[in-house]
Amino acid sequence: MDIANALVAILNFVVIPAAAYGSQLALGALGVTLIYGILRFSNFAHGDTMAFGTAMVILLTWALQAMGVSLGPIPTALLALPFGIALTAALVLMTDRWVYRHYRRVRADPIVLVMASVGVMFVMNGLTRLVIGVEEIRFDDGARFIISVQQFKAWSGLAEGLSFRTTQAITLIVAALSCWALFRFLNRTRSGKAMRAYSDNEDLALLSGIDPERVVRMTWIIATALAVMAGTLYGLDKSFKAFNYFQILLPIFAAAIVGGLGSPTGAVAGGFIIAFSEVAVTYPWKKIAGYLFPTWQPDGLLQLLSTEYKFAVSFVILIVVLLFRPTGLFRGKSV
Amino acid sequence: MKKFFLATAAVAALTAGASAQDVKIGISMGYTGPLESMAPDITNGAELAIKEVNDSGNLLDGANVTSVQGDNTCADAAASVATVERLVTSERVNGIMGGMCSGETIASLERVAVPNGMVMISPSATSPALSDIEDQGYFFRTSPSDARQGEVMTDIMMSRGVDNAAVTYTNNDYGKGLAEAFKRFYEEAGGTVTIMAAHDDGKADYSAEVAALAAAGGDALVVAGYVDQGGSGIVRGALDSGAFDTFVFPDGMISQALVDRFGTELSSSFGQNPSAEGEGRETFVANAEAAGFDGNAAFAAEAYDATALMLLAMQAAKSSDPKVYKDQVMNVANAPGEPIMPGELGKALELLAAGTDIDYVGATSVELVGPGESAGIYREVDFPDGTINVVKIH
Repeated sequence: MDIANALVAILNFVVIPAAAYGSQLALGALGVTLIYGILRFSNFAHGDTMAFGTAMVILLTWALQAMGVSLGPIPTALLALPFGIALTAALVLMTDRWVYRHYRRVRADPIVLVMASVGVMFVMNGLTRLVIGVEEIRFDDGARFIISVQQFKAWSGLAEGLSFRTTQAITLIVAALSCWALFRFLNRTRSGKAMRAYSDNEDLALLSGIDPERVVRMTWIIATALAVMAGTLYGLDKSFKAFNYFQILLPIFAAAIVGGLGSPTGAVAGGFIIAFSEVAVTYPWKKIAGYLFPTWQPDGLLQLLSTEYKFAVSFVILIVVLLFRPTGLFRGKSV
Repeated sequence: MKKFFLATAAVAALTAGASAQDVKIGISMGYTGPLESMAPDITNGAELAIKEVNDSGNLLDGANVTSVQGDNTCADAAASVATVERLVTSERVNGIMGGMCSGETIASLERVAVPNGMVMISPSATSPALSDIEDQGYFFRTSPSDARQGEVMTDIMMSRGVDNAAVTYTNNDYGKGLAEAFKRFYEEAGGTVTIMAAHDDGKADYSAEVAALAAAGGDALVVAGYVDQGGSGIVRGALDSGAFDTFVFPDGMISQALVDRFGTELSSSFGQNPSAEGEGRETFVANAEAAGFDGNAAFAAEAYDATALMLLAMQAAKSSDPKVYKDQVMNVANAPGEPIMPGELGKALELLAAGTDIDYVGATSVELVGPGESAGIYREVDFPDGTINVVKIH
């Protein structure tokens, strides 16, 4: 029984929250890594693309709710998501036409593109705040829990509770589905192969008749779709606040770099590594130890690091990976 | 020649402006920075007191009070020191209403006000560190120290039988000061703090903090944070994961936004915030409305009281020299004497001129204790059915 309690406590406070957060980071990191692999620059506007896309989804959700549309226990925002992606992709393609295309034509250094993306970031930043404001918004509707703590305790008779929120389940499912679809697209379809060819060697790809503008457009659309999904899932799971999407850019980049920039598998792995290390390293094991060794009562909390240092954890991992494997865990491009 | 005349005229104007009859009050506030939205109404509170004194014409045989504002940025101690330096040495003020935030107040007090012998009365710096600072009698505040809040919170928790609690605080001077003060009082009273976990505001995810707090356990969770920042993120996570269902909220958390967000989920939670009740408060809010600003804005009433105390102390000391009138601030603030409400500053000045003692009550029921800070009256609240319910006053 005590072992069951210990397991449930770890599931409830470490595994489930970290898995949901990890999926959100993984989706974000996939977008960053695609842009890096194919367009060859680090897109700092990615976080604010997430924010703008989520703002669009929220507005559409409100419109749907006003029309009386609902999906029952599932959040209405999922219905609004494809339209939000379409609107955001239109905006992102416009930024490509107005900003990035010029620098591609003059074959500017990657650092110039990075700086241009910082500019785009500030514009998107302001645009999001103009459209929806700086306030915190909650837009999840439908059922809150699949398993709530009270239900679980009544069912299992354990001292520890387990909660599993609808938004966490949706996050995991949507993230898994979109990863599967992306890998299938990149490996099996003609367009996906064209994108990989363009990524491997731009000149060879041009010689073999691949239309570069088409590859670029597809990259933006897919990266935007991933960004808006990540943003919406994150907003559903926690809440929407424009400023937080700027903050989440750091762990997303850490995830993409740890996994190996340019490597989609790496991005997914990196997202989970960062999320789990943030939660697990600062977790006090006192309660678990109490369940497993009832005769041993430790005085301290058995906490490796206090929670103030949780951001340091992801950066330490980042530094260690860059020192010993500069191309990331999954052999991406070196930074 | 023309230039010479202009210069002479300018010098003449300056000397006239600085005649012994006039009193100049410096207002040191963060007009830019993280609390920029609060600074204008705090200034309005101070200006209301100045206007009232000028209208009466009773201060120091008809002295006119003017004010000069300085931007201390709230966050940048160096900027604050430079601003207060300017107010003291080049504007030559007779007293400063400020600073605003605890960190910059400590810096400007230690480096400018005390060495230059300048009185500072802050409406809003609440850090316990300001209670035992070496101020040589030049610093006062009309807001209570967070140490006092820690004591009140301990009393409330003990009376409700909560003697075992986890604490999370926002990682800044306010959160840390409050959390540490609370821990001290709580442990003295026999309570156990299972964990002190800081959280940063505006971050992406609070699972790690919630997990740590839950693992440490406790009958209740004290959330010394901000309601529109990380504080709510922690509460949401703790409720969803079933880690805690009783929360204790200090002043940064108690607002309409809290009950809007969590509604009936807080049925077993409680908290406290500085009291805003009483006759003086109502009069001040009405006067503020007549003057065109919101008297209920955070720390506006405290700013009115800070400015009024400074001017009344000058009258009691018959001098606008900070080195002289600093000794009168406690006397005019506390009993015995004739109680003074907001809007009665003219009368108070007359009484002081006649040698009668006064007890300034003002907008926030001012009672200065210990090292010259407000005693602090708090109300205990709980949330039985998704509304804020006042239990009693401490």
